[in-house]
Amino acid sequence: MRWQQWAIPASGLPVVAFLAWGLTTDPHTIPSPLPGTPAPEFALETLSGDSLRSSALKGQVVLVNFWASWCLACRAEHAVLVEAATRYRDQGLRVVGVVYEDSRDNARAWMAERGGDWPNVLDAGSRTAIKYGLFGVPETFFIGRDGRILYKQIGPLDQEVIERWVPKLLAAGGAEAAAAPLDTFAEGRSAGHVRVSPESPTARGTARPK
Amino acid sequence: MNGVVGHAATLSALLLAALGAVAAFVGGRRRDARYVTAAQRAGVGVFALVALTFVVMERALIMHDFSVSYVAQVGSRATPLFYTIISLWSALEGSILLWALILSVFTALLALSSRRQSKSEGEGDVDPQLPYALGTLFCVNIFFLLLISWPANPFRAMSPIPPDGPGPNALLQNSPFMGVHPPLLYTGYVGLSVPFALATGALLAGRLKPDWPRVIRRWTMVPWTFLSLGIVAGAWWSYEVLGWGGYWAWDPVENASFMPWLTATAFLHSVMVQERRGMLKAWTITLIIATFLLTVLGTFLTRSGVLASVHSFTQSPIGPFFLTFLGIVLLASLTLLAWRGNALSSEGRFDAALSRESAFMINNLLFSGFAFVVLLGTMFPLIAEAVRGVKVSVGGPYFSQMSVPIALMLIFLAGVGPALPWRKGSLELLRGKFRWPTIGALAVGVALAAAGVRAPLAWLAFVLAVFSAGLLVAEFVGPTRARHATTGEPWLLALWRVCASNRRRYGGYVVHGGVLVLAVGVASSATFRREAEWTLQVGATEQLGRYQVRLDSVWAVHESNRDGVMAATTVSVGGRVLTRLNPRLNYYKSAMEPIGTPAVRESLREDIYLVLMAYTADGKHATIKAIASPLVAWIWLGGGIMGLGALFALWPGGAGAPRRDPVPEPGRPRARPVSEARV
Repeated sequence: MRWQQWAIPASGLPVVAFLAWGLTTDPHTIPSPLPGTPAPEFALETLSGDSLRSSALKGQVVLVNFWASWCLACRAEHAVLVEAATRYRDQGLRVVGVVYEDSRDNARAWMAERGGDWPNVLDAGSRTAIKYGLFGVPETFFIGRDGRILYKQIGPLDQEVIERWVPKLLAAGGAEAAAAPLDTFAEGRSAGHVRVSPESPTARGTARPK
Repeated sequence: MNGVVGHAATLSALLLAALGAVAAFVGGRRRDARYVTAAQRAGVGVFALVALTFVVMERALIMHDFSVSYVAQVGSRATPLFYTIISLWSALEGSILLWALILSVFTALLALSSRRQSKSEGEGDVDPQLPYALGTLFCVNIFFLLLISWPANPFRAMSPIPPDGPGPNALLQNSPFMGVHPPLLYTGYVGLSVPFALATGALLAGRLKPDWPRVIRRWTMVPWTFLSLGIVAGAWWSYEVLGWGGYWAWDPVENASFMPWLTATAFLHSVMVQERRGMLKAWTITLIIATFLLTVLGTFLTRSGVLASVHSFTQSPIGPFFLTFLGIVLLASLTLLAWRGNALSSEGRFDAALSRESAFMINNLLFSGFAFVVLLGTMFPLIAEAVRGVKVSVGGPYFSQMSVPIALMLIFLAGVGPALPWRKGSLELLRGKFRWPTIGALAVGVALAAAGVRAPLAWLAFVLAVFSAGLLVAEFVGPTRARHATTGEPWLLALWRVCASNRRRYGGYVVHGGVLVLAVGVASSATFRREAEWTLQVGATEQLGRYQVRLDSVWAVHESNRDGVMAATTVSVGGRVLTRLNPRLNYYKSAMEPIGTPAVRESLREDIYLVLMAYTADGKHATIKAIASPLVAWIWLGGGIMGLGALFALWPGGAGAPRRDPVPEPGRPRARPVSEARV
């Protein structure tokens, strides 16, 4: 083979390199403007009839979890949430459930059956869901002490997601967190992106036009 | 127990495939028949061992042996037996096992056929082409067996052993089509390894035997037929199960099956030019190598998590393995092409612009252009992210815009190509052949316009399809009439004898006819589809086009593996009851959201398709989506015709070497050399 002939096989190398780079990306992360911005405010009625204002949670690390009793994925997720709430309670983690498109009775029965002692609010007219740009349930927003959303999970939570974000949020003190640029929390390509779990209805919905 | 036996059988198959590869390459290199015989036996042995692995996995699934990791992943005691059996290919590891099984079947077939050939050639001289091909195929086997023995091992031991499993993916246990579509598609997809191996064997041996085009064409026709049927069956599955009333979404996995189909189709045509005129050798061999590379690329793209897709398997660690394999195949085959390409110079040359050869050339440009368009659209999200760091998705509009013009030209060519003679056509000949089809097509065009068809692209597709169909019919009518006149045979017998005299040619024309029928179905259902969505009270009626849909009742059913809610409806046309349809929603243990089963009444004229979208818990209301798709059934019909045509062409007896026509066609000179009379 003359040297010019090597150009043909050599042209295959960039293709392989390109595909190898592709392996490092995750097609399920989609850009979202929310991470890094202050979490939308809400004042809603809880299942027990009290009122809950989001401003009252300022200075604490909060998981805002949108769910519904008709949502099958929320069932799988609930245990993860119970465990996280219990384990990190002493370190100051607060969980707030937002009941999406569901009745008070259903939501009460659900919490009684499956456990969890955090407050749940009823989102009448889904106004809060709209403010948060909800794709579907379950969806969880990780909010830091400064009141900013740092991460958004579309689809059910799992242990790995909790372990990746919650300790980091708790470790950041109130004042520093408010001043710290978002990059402090950014982890590789996840910054400014939300991850759609491949199993979530959203992932299917976007892949298959209906 | 099942786990141990299965894993041991996989490892033995891997070892035997490695030995077979060595024996085949050494035998080819030294031209030593003893090594070649050993490699051929190893081919059959690998098949036996992989078949054993497959049977053990089926046994484990049927026995609900949850100590086997794959059974724990997809099995469930509640799943009906049929779905338990087909759940073997419902997840990543099992689908690779099915892949390996089909690959080993093809390997054994190639080994047996090369054995027959070496026997007929005598033991003295070993032609290295087939041993090299067999060796290449063994290498592909080694890769897949490596996957099953290690990163995608379905036989890992579970500890502790779970009492029950989640059952297969809910979408896959929702329709019996899943028993048909994947095996068909895989047979096609995997079978394309054989022509690749034959091409590599020829390149390694440095020469092409005179019968090479005929042999490789046959080995490509078989997987091509399966791939065509598999793609159509997949489209049908999507239509019957997914509840969006469509059948093709340009999803990466669909594209992954379509791209090799396009290049394989181009190959099947260009290899005829090679067989006939000794031209396009390097191009033809490049096409078949590209086809195989596209199958590997498609598998890589969709199983490594590089692209998002409805079909994407769960995130798995096999991406790097596939990439390594792809890299090796790509670099090795490009090196081979660069090294041996000189040996593949053309013998013939083009005589005239107006000839069968040039029709084939245009065909090849269109098919490979089509493949490129699809490849670009599929890869674009990745390219955009690499270059500009943005997430984009490429959807239907891009693909439709790019593919419709190509498809229209292909419809035209499907009839014109067969009508053109080899070497040089004359205008008078064409005028004679084109007259009636042109008149027929124009008449249909005017009738369609008068009937209110106002979509220009669909109108053009119909008119071109009628034109091409006319040309194809003439190819049957002319020789049949001549035969009827000379022999006095009845018309049908004369037609049969004409077709049987050259199965490859007439089978090919039937395939073209199937493509036209399919194209009409696609054009019509994509253009004239109507849909509506209503929330109905029980007893209420709504109208879509000529259909009145009445909601009769909403009720729940309980089955072993799922619960369902069904909406009973009556569909009438003009007050007369047409059918009763029961679309339903199913709740599976393994699924997070309900999965619908649409109810469809299929007919050649128009399908009416109902989907249950939602219902109220008291059973008094249901939201129903109704879709009317005209001529959509023509797609499945066209696919069936393509399959029958291919089967006819492949059928042994008269299918081997194309023979001379017994009867000259009208309009062609009677006296011509024997070689001229072949397709």
